[in-house]
Amino acid sequence: MAGNQHHVTIKGRKDGLVFVLDDRCPFSDLLKELEYKLEKTHQKLLSGPLMHVYVKLGKRQITDEERQALENMINRRNLVVHSVESTLNPPDPRTSHQVLAGIVRSGQVLELEGNLIFIGDVNPGGSIITSGDLFVLGSLRGLAHAGAKGNSEAVIAASHLKPTQLRIAGAVSRPPDEWGIGDASMMFAYMKDDLMEIEKITHLYRLRPNAVELYKGE
Amino acid sequence: MVTSGKGGVGKTTSSANIATALALLGKKVCMVDTDIGLRNLDVVMGLENRIIYDLVDVAQDRCRLEQALVKDKRFDELYLLPAAQTKDKHAVEPDDVKKMVTSLKATFDYVIIDCPAGIEHGFRNAVAGADKAIVVTTPENAAVRDADRIIGLLDKHGIQGPKLVINRARINMMRSGDMLDIDEICSVLAIDLLGIVPDDEYVIKAANTGEPTVMNPNSKASVAYRNIARRILGDSVPLMALDEKSGIFSKVKKFFGMG
Repeated sequence: MAGNQHHVTIKGRKDGLVFVLDDRCPFSDLLKELEYKLEKTHQKLLSGPLMHVYVKLGKRQITDEERQALENMINRRNLVVHSVESTLNPPDPRTSHQVLAGIVRSGQVLELEGNLIFIGDVNPGGSIITSGDLFVLGSLRGLAHAGAKGNSEAVIAASHLKPTQLRIAGAVSRPPDEWGIGDASMMFAYMKDDLMEIEKITHLYRLRPNAVELYKGE
Repeated sequence: MVTSGKGGVGKTTSSANIATALALLGKKVCMVDTDIGLRNLDVVMGLENRIIYDLVDVAQDRCRLEQALVKDKRFDELYLLPAAQTKDKHAVEPDDVKKMVTSLKATFDYVIIDCPAGIEHGFRNAVAGADKAIVVTTPENAAVRDADRIIGLLDKHGIQGPKLVINRARINMMRSGDMLDIDEICSVLAIDLLGIVPDDEYVIKAANTGEPTVMNPNSKASVAYRNIARRILGDSVPLMALDEKSGIFSKVKKFFGMG
């Protein structure tokens, strides 16, 4: 167990210990090194009064399971995990949008979790499916499904909204002629009392205040 | 390769005419018909009665590649590797086509692969040998839809930047809105336009007599195919004015961003 022993740095502080964990190496390496340090090189830490441990993850984001494994590793004898912090906050659903560019052509299906900003066209016969909101900067001529996991608060917006079909959560809608979509402005689709409605993009913040963070002006 | 997804849009006609037009311009050209079981290219070229061996014979080592090549009756430097009419289409694998095309490329300036309709085995055979693609479509929704699908598949097979040929354009129907217009097709497919071939009755007559349309300099379609061939060679040939009135003016307008 020689070699890389620099992923975990342990520092003392007035109110306890700070474990600074490297945020680039694989998570399993961290656990291994922690185990080694606690059992071999730093075992004197384990004898003494109750000690709070502040874990600093750097930019690493960890899952609940990984967090549990980490705490199980550290919580022994007198050590108690007080906090596990990452400098990156968990993604805010209002501000986390994946951005992709390209063309979804006939027969192709672009499917992903969360919100999507797609820069390019979705052609007839192509599909784009997200579990969150969908914004298309381009022509939406194919099929779009937002809130595919059942979120009926999801919206579908497109610079040029000419879809073959729109779906939000479980609702399916074909664009009837009376939508009267002008080419001039960007539109979005949303669910209102179980019916799909179309509105100009400027009304998005009013109708779906949680979809995006609001710019309030100066 | 010349492909389209949808059948009947003019892949074979385009293959024959582009190959002949390239030969007219003095290039060494070989056509390869990969539509096994439904070969047509030999008929369009009027070479059916000269076939001795075919693509499947080459793949199964019953003859050498050079033996299967049929020389055109009009040009010394134009050849056809015909497809088999009777055998099963699975008799040829993508690797076989790739091998043949690679050895043809050493001898010829251009190898034109005529792809069968569909996106299955025949398409995979054709795409294996190709490094560039021409997508043929007609101004109909179904054809454009299939062309779009094909462009996606070409990309998946590593063939980037395919070029578009819009076949059977009828300018008066486009203007009246009864047919998809060129701009609409180009904006959906988002690939470079190689040429527009006007609907021309002469094409049908030519195909039936086994004489490629490009041999007749008076046909509009012939001029379009000749222009396509010149663009393939790298010349910048302006799009033929399908309609004199709108032609130049709309292009100027588009140039100023008013189109």
